Order: sequence, then structure tokens, then C-alpha cells
Amino acid sequence: MSVTPAAQPPPQQEPTTLAARFALYQRAGGVITPLLTTLLALFIAGLVVRFTTGASPLDTGRAILDGSGLTWLIPESVMDIRSVAGTYDDWPSEAEARLNAEINLQQTLIFTTTLILTGLAVAFAFRCGLFNIGGQGQFFVGAIVAVAVGAEVSGVGRVLHVPLVLLCAALAGAVWAGIAGILRATVGAHEVITTIMLNWIAYWIGSYLFSLGGPLQSDRSRQVPISNDVQESAKLHVFWGDFQGLHVGFFIAIAALVAFYLILNRTTLGYGVRAVGYNPEAARYGGISVSRNYFLAMAISGLFAGLAGAVDIMGWQYRYGQIDIQQSDIGFAGIAVALLGRNTSIGIFFSALLFGALLTGSNTRNLALPIEPELAGNMTLIVQGLVVLFVAADLVILYLWRFRKRLGLPRREPKAVGS
Amino acid sequence: MSSLRARPSLIAPAAWLRPSSRHRQVGMLGVITAAVGVWLMLPPLGDNLRTRTDSVELIPIYLGIVAIAAGLWAVTRAEPKWGWGAVLAGVLGIVLGFAAAEGSMADHEAVFVWSSLVAATLRWATPLIFAAIGGMFSERSGVVNIALEGMMLAGAFFGIWGADRFDHWLWGIVTAAIAGGALAFIHAVFSVHLRADQIVSGTAINFLALGVTGYLYIDLYGAEGTPPDVSEIPDVHLGFLDGVGFIGPIFGEMNLMIWLALSTVVLSWIVLFKTPIGLRIRAVGEHPRAADTVGISVYLVRYSCVTVSGMLAALGGAYLSIGFVGSFGENMTAGRGFIALAALIFGMWKPFGAFFAALLFGFSSALARSLPEYSEQAALLFETLPYVLTLIAVAGVIGRSIPPAAIGRPYEKQ
Repeated sequence: MSVTPAAQPPPQQEPTTLAARFALYQRAGGVITPLLTTLLALFIAGLVVRFTTGASPLDTGRAILDGSGLTWLIPESVMDIRSVAGTYDDWPSEAEARLNAEINLQQTLIFTTTLILTGLAVAFAFRCGLFNIGGQGQFFVGAIVAVAVGAEVSGVGRVLHVPLVLLCAALAGAVWAGIAGILRATVGAHEVITTIMLNWIAYWIGSYLFSLGGPLQSDRSRQVPISNDVQESAKLHVFWGDFQGLHVGFFIAIAALVAFYLILNRTTLGYGVRAVGYNPEAARYGGISVSRNYFLAMAISGLFAGLAGAVDIMGWQYRYGQIDIQQSDIGFAGIAVALLGRNTSIGIFFSALLFGALLTGSNTRNLALPIEPELAGNMTLIVQGLVVLFVAADLVILYLWRFRKRLGLPRREPKAVGS
Repeated sequence: MSSLRARPSLIAPAAWLRPSSRHRQVGMLGVITAAVGVWLMLPPLGDNLRTRTDSVELIPIYLGIVAIAAGLWAVTRAEPKWGWGAVLAGVLGIVLGFAAAEGSMADHEAVFVWSSLVAATLRWATPLIFAAIGGMFSERSGVVNIALEGMMLAGAFFGIWGADRFDHWLWGIVTAAIAGGALAFIHAVFSVHLRADQIVSGTAINFLALGVTGYLYIDLYGAEGTPPDVSEIPDVHLGFLDGVGFIGPIFGEMNLMIWLALSTVVLSWIVLFKTPIGLRIRAVGEHPRAADTVGISVYLVRYSCVTVSGMLAALGGAYLSIGFVGSFGENMTAGRGFIALAALIFGMWKPFGAFFAALLFGFSSALARSLPEYSEQAALLFETLPYVLTLIAVAGVIGRSIPPAAIGRPYEKQ
């Protein structure tokens, strides 16, 4: 049975790789469909809120929007102070409300930073036709290494320490994803399966490292399964706000977006990655090493995810613990970010901003919500699920429609159930 | 399978290169691994080691599990003799490890009661068995199901909701199966009819299940949690086993769902390999075009298989909430759906392969829950075992797990 099954040529008249489908779709759908997808998902979420709690979906949406701090960008006169002021018991002054919105916006952008990076981790692999579902595990590994290097190494000075931590964490992420890449490239093990397994291995290794008496557990609080704080020299500079303000990791994420674009569109490596993504057979025929690109694409993906973990630790968390590992799903959220953003730099920025705002706006601290905050948090997950589901679907509908037209096949509408 | 494809060759390959002999080697390796574990525990070396480190008993246990895994591997790849040998040797290693542990921990209260460990293994394995067998139906028909986790979670929530709402655990099981089936049906619509990417669709289902169950849980039960007096799935008491040494405590008081899980395994084997339905399912999964040509409805088979997979996974979830724990918590499946997926792959998409893999993974979970007696940290590392083994299984240069040929590929009727 170890004989590799004779590669059964798929009924080959349509692009079968994910990357090719997405590319086709993007050409066809432009920017309208992601917007529609988002609106539809939010609309359904609103319906759910209406029918289960009876609260007004519009009020809920408004509260989430205000809670996300995005209203801070709007001139003061337009702002509705009441809804921004959720955390105040008394009627707040305009200045207090604005300060509150500012803090919320900083939190939103902190989440956006991480989401951009985990989204890039998914998107880069996608462009090579690989589904990196292991962003979560690569994020864990990055965060763990960042804690280890950031807290245990000392006396190197900020100029050295910060790049050192970033580099180590990014490399760790790359290695973790690279395992899946190598397995795909050499023995053809499906990257979805391997990255799922690697996610959970990272999860439990992390739980072990931070457990009571574990190697990375804090020296000071022996009864809490949490790590030491990273050294001052390993913290990222906070440039906006005092309490959990926005850190320079935001610019790292922006730089990563630019790098993503440049690597894919302006380098030989990117050309190879995209070629393999569109059609591995054709790429092989053209002299591009498919296995090399599979490996590199996964490793670079992991680089982004590892960076996400590092930035999260160095920018605002400063420590990591078992509870953080159990509750983290920001790596998985990267899947929704990448899919909604159509695997492009600019799209990922906006979808990361959207999900960052949703996460902050539905936070349990947002007392202005007309529904229970925990409900709103789960609503964010439902929106994520719906977005991914719709991306899967509208992709196909559009693709079928275009494809039939182009080949001049007899038009036969797919019996689309529920669409 | 390989015999069909292998071309007749004038020069026979060296014996060690032949696939069957490589599987035998894995089996032998398992036996050797277990033997090393046992040897480490035997008097001269064992006593010496034990005086130096605390948790040395873990070594034969760990090696034993690896040996059992190697054995199962060989067995599922048609090398039963060495395979079962490795399994037996592994079990022996574990037994000796425990014996040594009990010896050195005489001052503690009885650390392990043998039959309770076996019973715990069955309890931990049951959700995995249901979900893995469910996943087998879906994947054998050619639809990847990474949404087992979400379907299981839906089953866990709707199981307890149904039992609470209609005051009987039977209704809990029914609502769980309906919920899981509905979720799976969505997956089927997207991956069969709309020809969406099955991984994307599965990911979406996982998100949705997490969000929907979390949302409804907060909305319906809120801070108080699920009611403590909810009707739970009963244990089956077998009177004639009372007082029978080892077997009695295990099988005399086993939960109904465990019996159901065991019979599901047998039943699914019969359905898949001994009935025309099973032949159709496998044909659709291996070569849908050919199946279509002979008049099998590919869509119908895939829809039914995916829906059944959701129902089975949900039963596993229902066992978790109203059979095992008695309550629900957000994201309570905590990766068990993915362990089930791992068991399915490790067991080579075969009913009994998946069953034994689920048992092995259930055993490692049961062990991880008992190990804190020795060392909490080792217990946490133990949890990685199913995933590591599966990683090796899909990566293995020797006899790696090969999925059904048409898996993950949407079928377009012509």
C-alpha cells in the first residue's frame, strides 16, 4: 500500500486549486462581493439578536460600533455621547466620552495588528494553493518563544533585544509551519491535517511550559500558571495612549502587508509561489520546483504568524499563561480575515480592521450593549463563521457562472440550495 | 491495492524494500520499543533508575503506547502477526510500568485500580469513536469533514438542551442527532451541490458551531449554567457480572452510549464492507465518475454520508454532555473532534482501525487524567501524543495513511 496511488488526473477543464479559484473570483467579483458578504453576515446576526433577545439589532450594532472606538475618527459634534460612554455610571462629559472612545480605538488597532499578521499567514499559503489552518499553532509558538527570549534573556539593551525577540519568534513560527511544508513537499501529507495536528501539539506544549512548576512558569507567583513578564528592554514602544495604548507593532504589521505585496508581485519567489498556486502541473512543466515553493510558502506563512505572537506579547500582553492559550482564537480568526480580504494586502487590512472592531466592540467591558456582552462575543464568532461560509459559497456561484460563459458550455444553473 | 498497480518486474525487489515487509518492520520496531520499556523496569536497572528520578515509571508507559501505536499500524496494513505482538508487548510494558509505580508509591492511596483505568479509557474513547466513525462515512464518500469538532459541540449543547427541555435523556439524544445532522447538511450543501472548497466550508461550520452553541448557552442558561438535575443517559447494569473480578466493574456498569458506540463500530463495518450500500459509498469515494456511470447517485450518497457523519459526531457530543459530565460549558469539546479526525486517519479510514486508534487515544487521555498523581507536567505533555502519532502516520515514509482517492474533490455531474 505504500505505493503512491497513481495520480488520478482530475477531470481537468477547470482550475482546481484554491488559489486559482480565488484569483478567478477576485477578477469577477471585485470589491463589491466582500462588502455584500459582510453586510449579509451582519444582517443575519442582527436577525438572530432580534429573535432571541428582542433587542434592536440596530442599537446593538451601534453599540458595537461605538464600543470599537471607530467613532473617535468622526468629529466630536457628530458623536453620540450616550452610547460611547458605556463604562461611566454618571452622565459623562464630552471629553470623558472622547477619551473612552480613544482607548477603545487603541484596543481595536491592537487587535487589528495581530489579525493582519495572522491573516497574512493564511493568505500567503493560499496564494501557493495551500490552506494553512495552523496559524493558531504558529501564533502559539511565536508567543512562547517571545516570552522565553523576552523574559529570560536580559542585559542586551533595547536596540538588540527587540529585534532579537522578533526574529526568534518569527523563525519559530516559520519552523513550525515549515514542518507542514516539508511534509507536503516531500511525502505529500496534506497540510490541513498536519497543521491541525501541529496546532494542538503547540497548544499542549504551551500548556506544559506555563504549568505550575513548568520551565517557563513565573518565579514570583508560583501558584498561577503564567510566565514571567518580558524585560523592559523587550517591550515595544507604546506611542499612543497610556493605558494599554497602541504599540509600534502596528507599523510592523503595516510593513508586513507591504512586504507581502512586494514578495508576491515583485520577486521571483513570489512569481513561483503564485504560479504553483494557480496550477502546480503547469508550474512544474515550466521548470518551477513545486516542492520548494510549497515549503517556502508555508515557512513564510509561519513567519507572519510567529511575528503575530511576538508582537502580541511585546506590545501589550507582556506575559503568557495557560488561560491565554485556552482562550486564544486569534489565529483561527486569521482564516476569516484572509478569506474576506481575498488574500490581498489591502483587503486583509480592512477585514482585519473589521474583525478587530467587532472583537473590541463586543468585549465584555462594553456595558452600553443592549444585550449581554457574552452574547455579543459569541455573535462575533457567528459572524466569522457566516463570512467564511459565504466566501465558500459565493466564490463557487460566481465561478460557475463565469466559467460556463467562457467555455461556451450549455448554461445550466447550479441548483443552489438556499441562495 | 498495490498488487493491482504493481507492474510485473523481472527482478524482484530486495525483501526489505517490499511494502509488506516494511510494515512488518514497524511491527518489529514496536515489539522492540516495548521490550526496551520492560527491560528498563526489570530489577537491576529499574531499581537503580528509580532511586535517581521520580517519574521513571512513565518511560515504559510511554514506550508501551508507542509500541501499541506501531502495532495497530502494522495490523491495519495487513501485518497482523507482528502487529498484535507489538500491541501485546506494549500492554505488558504499561502493566509493568504501573506495577513499578504502585510499588514505589506504596505510601500513597491506591493509585491505580486496573479496571477503573480500562473503564476510564472506554469513557474517554466513546466520543472519539462516534465522531471517528462518523467522519469515516463522510470521508469514505469523498467529502472531507474537518467540522467533526463543531458537530460534536453542537451535539453536546443540543443534547443537554433536549434532555432539559423534554425532561428525558432520550429526547436529548434525538435533538443532538438532529442538530448535528442539520449542521452536517449545511456542510453537504456547500461541498456537494455548491462545490465549495470542503476545508473552507468545514472551517465555517466549526466557527458557526462555536458561536451558536456559545450564544444559545448564554442566552438560555446564562451565568447559572445548565441545570444540575438534567436527565442523564443511564448506565446499563448487568447483574450477572456482579462480583466477577476484572470484567465486572468495567462492563457491568457501563454507560448505554458506550455500548452504542461499540455496536456502531461493528455495524459500520458490516454496512461499509458487507452490503451494497457500503460498496456504493466506497465507489463514490474512490471514483465518483465510474460510480455515476453505473447508475449510483453520487450526490445522494454524499449527502446521506455527510449527514450521518454529523449525526454520529453529535451523538459523541451528547454522550460528553449528558452521559459523562452532566453539564455543558462553552467549547467543551476542546479539540476532541480533531482527535477523532486523527484517530480516523491513524486507523486508515477503516472502522476497526479507527476504533482501536480511538481506544488508544482515549487511553492516553485517561492516563493523562490519572498522571497528575505522579507529575502534572508529564500529564500535559501526554496530551500531545495522539497528535504526534497522527503526524507521524500521515508523514511516515513507510506505509503512510492514504485517504480515499476522490476525497476533497467536488464532483460535477455530466
